[in-house]
Amino acid sequence: MALSRSGSNLLKPISPFFSCAPSILSRSISSSNDSITVETSIPFTAHNCEPPSRSVTTSAAELRSFFRDMALMRRMEIAADSLYKAKLIRGFCHLYDGQEAVAVGMEAAITRKDCIITAYRDHCTFLSRGGNLVEVFAELMGRRAGMSNGKGGSMHFYRKEGGFYGGHGIVGAQVPLGCGLAFAQKYSKDENVTFAMYGDGAANQGQLFEALNIAALWDLPAILVCENNHYGMGTAEWRAAKSPAYYKRGDYVPGLKVDGMDAFAVKQACKFAKEHALKNGPIILEMDTYRYHGHSMSDPGSTYRTRDEISGVRQERDPIERIRKLLLSHEISTETELKDIEKEVRKEVDNAISKAKESEMPDPSELFTNVYVKGFGVEAYGADRKELRATLP
Amino acid sequence: MATLFQGVGAVTPFSASSSLDSNKLLLPSRKSLSISDSRGSIFVYRSDALNLKAATRKQDLLIPNAVATKGETSTSAKSGHELLLFEALHEGLEEEMERDPRVCVMGEDVGHYGGSYKVTKGLAEKYGDLRVLDTPIAENSFTGMGIGAAMTGLRPIVEGMNMGFLLLAFNQISNNCGMLHYTSGGQFTIPIVIRGPGGVGRQLGAEHSQRLESYFQSIPGIQMVACSTPYNAKGLMKAAIRSENPVILFEHVLLYNLKERIPDEEYVLSLEEAEMVRPGEHITILTYSRMRYHVMQAAKTLVNKGYDPEVIDIRSLKPFDLYTIGCSVKKTHRVLIVEECMRTGGIGASLTAAITENFHDYLDAPIVCLSSQDVPTPYAGTLEEWTVVQPAQIVSAVEQLCQ
Repeated sequence: MALSRSGSNLLKPISPFFSCAPSILSRSISSSNDSITVETSIPFTAHNCEPPSRSVTTSAAELRSFFRDMALMRRMEIAADSLYKAKLIRGFCHLYDGQEAVAVGMEAAITRKDCIITAYRDHCTFLSRGGNLVEVFAELMGRRAGMSNGKGGSMHFYRKEGGFYGGHGIVGAQVPLGCGLAFAQKYSKDENVTFAMYGDGAANQGQLFEALNIAALWDLPAILVCENNHYGMGTAEWRAAKSPAYYKRGDYVPGLKVDGMDAFAVKQACKFAKEHALKNGPIILEMDTYRYHGHSMSDPGSTYRTRDEISGVRQERDPIERIRKLLLSHEISTETELKDIEKEVRKEVDNAISKAKESEMPDPSELFTNVYVKGFGVEAYGADRKELRATLP
Repeated sequence: MATLFQGVGAVTPFSASSSLDSNKLLLPSRKSLSISDSRGSIFVYRSDALNLKAATRKQDLLIPNAVATKGETSTSAKSGHELLLFEALHEGLEEEMERDPRVCVMGEDVGHYGGSYKVTKGLAEKYGDLRVLDTPIAENSFTGMGIGAAMTGLRPIVEGMNMGFLLLAFNQISNNCGMLHYTSGGQFTIPIVIRGPGGVGRQLGAEHSQRLESYFQSIPGIQMVACSTPYNAKGLMKAAIRSENPVILFEHVLLYNLKERIPDEEYVLSLEEAEMVRPGEHITILTYSRMRYHVMQAAKTLVNKGYDPEVIDIRSLKPFDLYTIGCSVKKTHRVLIVEECMRTGGIGASLTAAITENFHDYLDAPIVCLSSQDVPTPYAGTLEEWTVVQPAQIVSAVEQLCQ
């Protein structure tokens, strides 16, 4: 049964809903394998291309997994917030809560062979690419069990097996890297695509347009995804960009504007973009999303926007709530089940944190490892501080 | 402990060697050679250098190992083939592209045009547009793309038409190229080669005559090498491509037409090794790239005056081959550094610090560093000449040091 929504209206009251009935009853109505058709919240807006349809097929299993993944991400980011305030995480910590739908929806549309590269708001994307919580928290706290051995930090999460290329601190620099990944994919002819993600702040970087030009020229399977959360740190998008229609700024490159708080819209758009990129070269996706926290933990997030705005978006467009309502209305899960999932997720996160806390700090000798790769079998002489001292005969 | 260092492949002893003048062949058995002996002999062939000043210049010959090759050098067969430095680079590049399908070249005008210095001539026709890529004029992004491609396992070679243009890509080179291996905890290697001509040319103007070695040298995670002869150009190009680390290969605009005879066999030089150009006893002169030729010219004058300089082409700008340098310092006790880099924060400055830190006890005199002046290179010919170090200055510096 298709559920239609419009952006500004709240959900209509849902049909019979047995809150205390045994779970079997709810299950019998829709089993995990039945496909459900859902409509995205708003239609897609397209530039230079035909937008995909609003109807997305999904299944009960997928809905549940979306809910769980997003709840996990939300819980992880909130836990990171408390760890930061407890001074266990230092430096910069950019949180993704509110934007989970983009990570989860994208992952549902692609394979692990496709590459994703993003900027510094990378905790959740890392998780969706197969990372685990212990690695995340250990890296945030600078411990050895982190995925970068504690040497990267919040802004440098990478996962090679999962096709996740980071994790970059300099705004916009990851987009040419992303086009390079797409180039390598085209070079090896393996029919995969690269999603190069950036924010509305980075959308004004010159290197983005340079890379887009080259990608369009060489027909690279690059998909540029602008996660537009409407604020480049403290500057609203209309104060930074003459044209905040980021999906149109590719000019000759087609673009699609997507409701980034709706995981299914994201999924549909990414699927469409992948097909497009493999045939016709680069495409820009603009995900209209929102972050609840400030730009980073040092930013309260309320000096440049009102608390009403934040809570308004949280009430009306929250991605997890959307899935929750879908699950309840399709009678795939009950309210208590969902609450149980959330409790479970919370416990999982707490366990991961305590496990990460047990991991020790990296050994001082690790200061010099991984600066160079020793190659050739030759004593890479002088590459390490220790070998710089020559032993004379 | 004597051989911390094994030379690789490159230094296969060449039997039917080369055009060594027998009358210039000095008798060996100097202790200083024991190090190079164990690594195999390094031959520097006579090369007819380009007419840089008024006179043609020939490199002095390295003393070969008497035990191995004394009898064989008198053969008349001339093995190897003669070519110019840019052709040597081309050869090295082509051999590597042939050998490994992951090697690709990207840069401005490298493809259909054949390369602005003809280093990539003919490669686009042979390997296609996907392996030899003409990029638009967007250094920041195509260097970034090269690094992104390298993260997946491709081995790109990024050519800057002039090294000075790579300043636009400094962010990519410093942050992504140098640091990704470290910040990812070793997950990604960046086997990229960034190369291009730099240095002071012939009245090219300030922005096209930059010496960028000093700007890049502090970036952790990269290696820097500078080639100076066709022999080491080819060897270093191949080594750089095969290396798993990001390597910046500095060429010099004025050295592209140097002619030399290089071996037919395949050889690869070590990236971290310095080259002994002329062994000596009195003073160690450390140099690289074009200044090598100024030093050798000065060396002729010095030899006539009775001095015996030991000339080492350091080749590896990061990390320094302190082993070769140290052995030399222990022998001669005096060091002169001649470079084209700027005085402030240049390669010479770092080298001075490194030598002083490590070999202070062996020095009889303070280290003198002759660098080019801290000015933007002027256009006027005479002024440009005085920006870089001239042989006359080298001679007087040696005389002063050796008093």
